Order: sequence, then C-alpha cells, then structure tokens
Amino acid sequence: MRRVSLTVNAVEHEAMVEPRQLLVYFLREQLGLTGTNVGCDTSTCGACTILLNGKSVKSCTVLAVQAEGTEVTTIEALAQDGDLHPLQQAFHETHALQCGYCTPGMIMAALDLITNNEDMDEDEIRTGLEGNLCRCTGYHNIVKAIQQASSEMRSFATK
Amino acid sequence: MIPASFEYERADSSDHALELLDRHGEEAKLLAGGHSLLPMMRLRLATPAVLIDVGRLTDLSYVRDDGDAIAIGALTCHEDIKDSDVLKQHCGIVAHTAGEVGDPQVRHLGTIGGSIAHGDPASDLPTVMLALDAQFVVRSSGGGRTLAASNFFSGLFETALEPTNLLTEVRVPKLSGGWSYQKFHHRAQDWAIVGVAAVQHNGGAAVALTNMSDVPMRAAGVEQALASGSDAATAATEAAQNTSPPSDPFGSAEYRRDLAKVLTRRALQEAMSS
Ligand SMILES: Cc1cc2nc3c(=O)[nH]c(=O)nc-3n(C[C@H](O)[C@H](O)[C@H](O)COP(=O)(O)OP(=O)(O)OC[C@H]3O[C@@H](n4cnc5c(N)ncnc54)[C@H](O)[C@@H]3O)c2cc1C
Ligand code: FES
Ligand code: FES
Repeated sequence: MRRVSLTVNAVEHEAMVEPRQLLVYFLREQLGLTGTNVGCDTSTCGACTILLNGKSVKSCTVLAVQAEGTEVTTIEALAQDGDLHPLQQAFHETHALQCGYCTPGMIMAALDLITNNEDMDEDEIRTGLEGNLCRCTGYHNIVKAIQQASSEMRSFATK
Repeated sequence: MIPASFEYERADSSDHALELLDRHGEEAKLLAGGHSLLPMMRLRLATPAVLIDVGRLTDLSYVRDDGDAIAIGALTCHEDIKDSDVLKQHCGIVAHTAGEVGDPQVRHLGTIGGSIAHGDPASDLPTVMLALDAQFVVRSSGGGRTLAASNFFSGLFETALEPTNLLTEVRVPKLSGGWSYQKFHHRAQDWAIVGVAAVQHNGGAAVALTNMSDVPMRAAGVEQALASGSDAATAATEAAQNTSPPSDPFGSAEYRRDLAKVLTRRALQEAMSS
C-alpha cells in the first residue's frame, strides 16, 4: 500500500492505495464519486474522462498513485448549489443524452475543449470528441449542446 | 480489468530513474504516460513486477531549436508536440503526426519517448522518425549513447533499448522540403490500419510505412524508383515490396498492401506539392 494525497473537486484527500488501483476506482469506490463511469477495458470509450490538472484524461488509464499531488475535477464539481453548469443545462435542453452513460465523460471532455480552445467550429468540436463514444445519440445533439454551452460560457466570461 | 500487483517507485530525477533501473533490472518497466503500458497491464498482457514512474521528470519535457536539429525531450506529451511552434516551423510532420495519435485524452498523457520505446509497428511517430533519420539519445548508469532510428526498431515490441536504459531525447532534422503523413483508420481515435510518411529533405525523398511489417519500415522500392526518376504515381506502385502486413478484422494483408500503394501516392503528391 502507498499513501497518496491529492485534491479532488477542491477538497484535499489522503488515502492508502494499492499501486495497481486505477484512479477511476479510487474516485468511485474510495471517495464515493460515482458520477465518473467505466465503459470499457481498452481505454477507448472516454466515459471515465475527468480533468487532471485542468486537462482531460481517461481516469481508467491513470494509476491513483500517479495522481499524487494533482488537482482532479470530476462531473460532481460542475453543478453549484443545485444550479446546473451551462454544459449540463445545454445537454438537458438540446436532448444530448439518451441513456446518459457517456454523458459525464462527454461533458468533462467538452469542458476541456471549451476552456483550452478559442471559438471552435462544428468540425473542431467533432474532432475534439474523438476520444468519447456514445452508443445512443448519434452525436448531433451533443455537438449542438457544446456549441450552445460554449457561447454561453464565453458571453458569461466577458460580462 | 485491473492490472496484476506490482511495486511502484517514483523517480525524482533521471539519475534516480537509472539507479532504480539498475536496482530492479529486468523485473522493472518504466512508466511514462502509461498509455501503452497500462492498457497492456489491464489486459494482463504485461505483468511487470516493478513500475518506475518517470512521469514527473518535467526536465525531459521540452522542444528546443538546437542548431541543425530540433531536440525533443522524451517525456514531452503528444499534445505539446502537436502545439509546438518550433516543430511547426522546422519539422511540421512531427507536430502534425503527434496530433493524429489517439484522441485529446491520450495526447495529454502519452509521450513521444513512450511511443518510440514501446516498439509497436502500428504507432505513428516511429514511422515518422524512421523517415526523418531521427537520432535517439539514450542514458544508462554507465553513460550515454546516440542511436539512429534506422538501427532502433528490431521486432514486434522490441527495440535496441536495454532494460536499464532511459531514452532522454529525440533529435529530428530541420526539413528543407515538403512532407506528408497519411493515416488510414477506422474510427477517428484509432490506430493506423496503414500509415505512410513521406519527406523531402536535402534533395532526396524518404518514405516509411506504419503497420506493414512487425517493425516500422522504409519503403526502399519506392525510394529507389524516385531516385531513378520515376514520378510519384509510378514510384508508389512499389510500396508493398518486402512488406508483411498483419491481417485483422480491420483489413486483410492484401487490402493493406493495396492501401499502402494508394497512401504512398497521396503522401508523395502532398509532400512534393508543399
Ligand atoms: C485509446 C488509445 C489510442 C491510441 N492511439 C494511438 C494512435 O493512433 N497512434 C499511436 O501512435 N499511438 C496511439 N496510442 C498510444 C499512445 O501514443 C501512447 O501514449 C504511446 O504509445 C506510449 O507512450 P506513453 O508515454 O504512454 O508510454 P508508456 O505506456 O508509459 O510506456 C510504453 C513503453 O515504453 C517504455 N518507456 C516509456 N518511456 C520510456 C523512456 N523514456 N525510456 C525508455 N523506455 C520508456 C515503457 O517502459 C513501456 O515499455 C493510443 C493509446 C490509447 C490508450
Ligand atoms: S472506461 Fe473506457 S476509456 Fe476509460
Ligand atoms: S447517451 Fe447513451 S451512450 Fe451516450
């Protein structure tokens, strides 16, 4: 067992973990943050996407011990006092989910894209989501939701 | 699935990493971005007894203009390579191809050193390194050496690296001519079914192939045809010479041979027109 300390959604945590424990299971099982999903065994689906020091990563392909000293953001950090984040609101309004399994990962990947890129056109959003698979929606409404949230987040930022 | 148990060590410096490699020997594997190694460990295709995490060696994450060459630290992640202005200006094929690797999440953690050291013939950057005649700077506790890409890839997941070696730097030339990397894949994030790198440099052309053998390989037949005056379309018909591509659900060997010719033509045409 090895000690790790890291910040998750602005709260500091310290825990003993087995080196082989994957970050996603640390978040889900040790911290009870079950919003981050696991959808595959091959690092392909993106359902487990979180932000690690502000960058989107697949938390099923990171060891908890590798996250020592980092800042982790999961889907649970987005809604504030019961108010949905603009991305969550836009997914809701544009019907960007059906079963919802891919949604937390989609939203975290989109959050990285919106924060770290200048205005994106539709093509850039689609390419930016290449690491996230959705088996239900056909992606169109996901792209729409991200466009809507992106313009809201930007107009909010310039206010 | 969850990897089999292992012992975890974190290196705070290159010297520390080398010391840990010497101590643990063949039992140990370096862990850089973990995006080749951890997927293999999750499927239990790899079961190292010790992982030596070099992911914190930020002094090995850089892209520098170094006279005739561009020096890239082995721990530089794909995303930083994709965005590097120095590479875009002097050796655009490396920045472009790093952007073709996986997806944003993979590029945020996967490193160029890991891509090269892993020795996967389906990887994109090793092919580009071969076309560029890149040099790899390798350290061990006994000293350092520089290996040419042409002598580096020795077999499926096998390279000239020894178990106690740390790849520290990748050196690529400043290109004098055009380039192209053509990658044909199934889903956007996928590995290449076939990939072709073409570069024009110092008056000659080099062509290398991804996933057409158990190592990345130069398309010698195409290069000879070009050197003896063939045009791009004619030279490209030699692309399948001496290849031994895999057959898998994404394509038969025969399909890959055909694809290699088509992509080589496109790569040459793009490299020659830029
Ligand atoms: C979903 C997915 C899609 C992908 N798609 C592509 C793709 O399209 N094209 C592509 O090329 N790659 C692809 N990859 C692989 C990706 O590029 C990996 O990041 C890369 O192959 C390995 O780099 P790493 O830093 O993650 O290495 P690791 O996984 O940490 O290490 C890989 C191997 O290299 C050794 N190693 C690492 N660094 C060093 C060093 N400095 N010195 C000596 N040995 C070292 C390790 O011991 C290990 O054996 C994909 C990966 C995933 C998960
Ligand atoms: S669970 Fe599928 S990529 Fe992480
Ligand atoms: S909404 Fe069901 S997988 Fe995306």
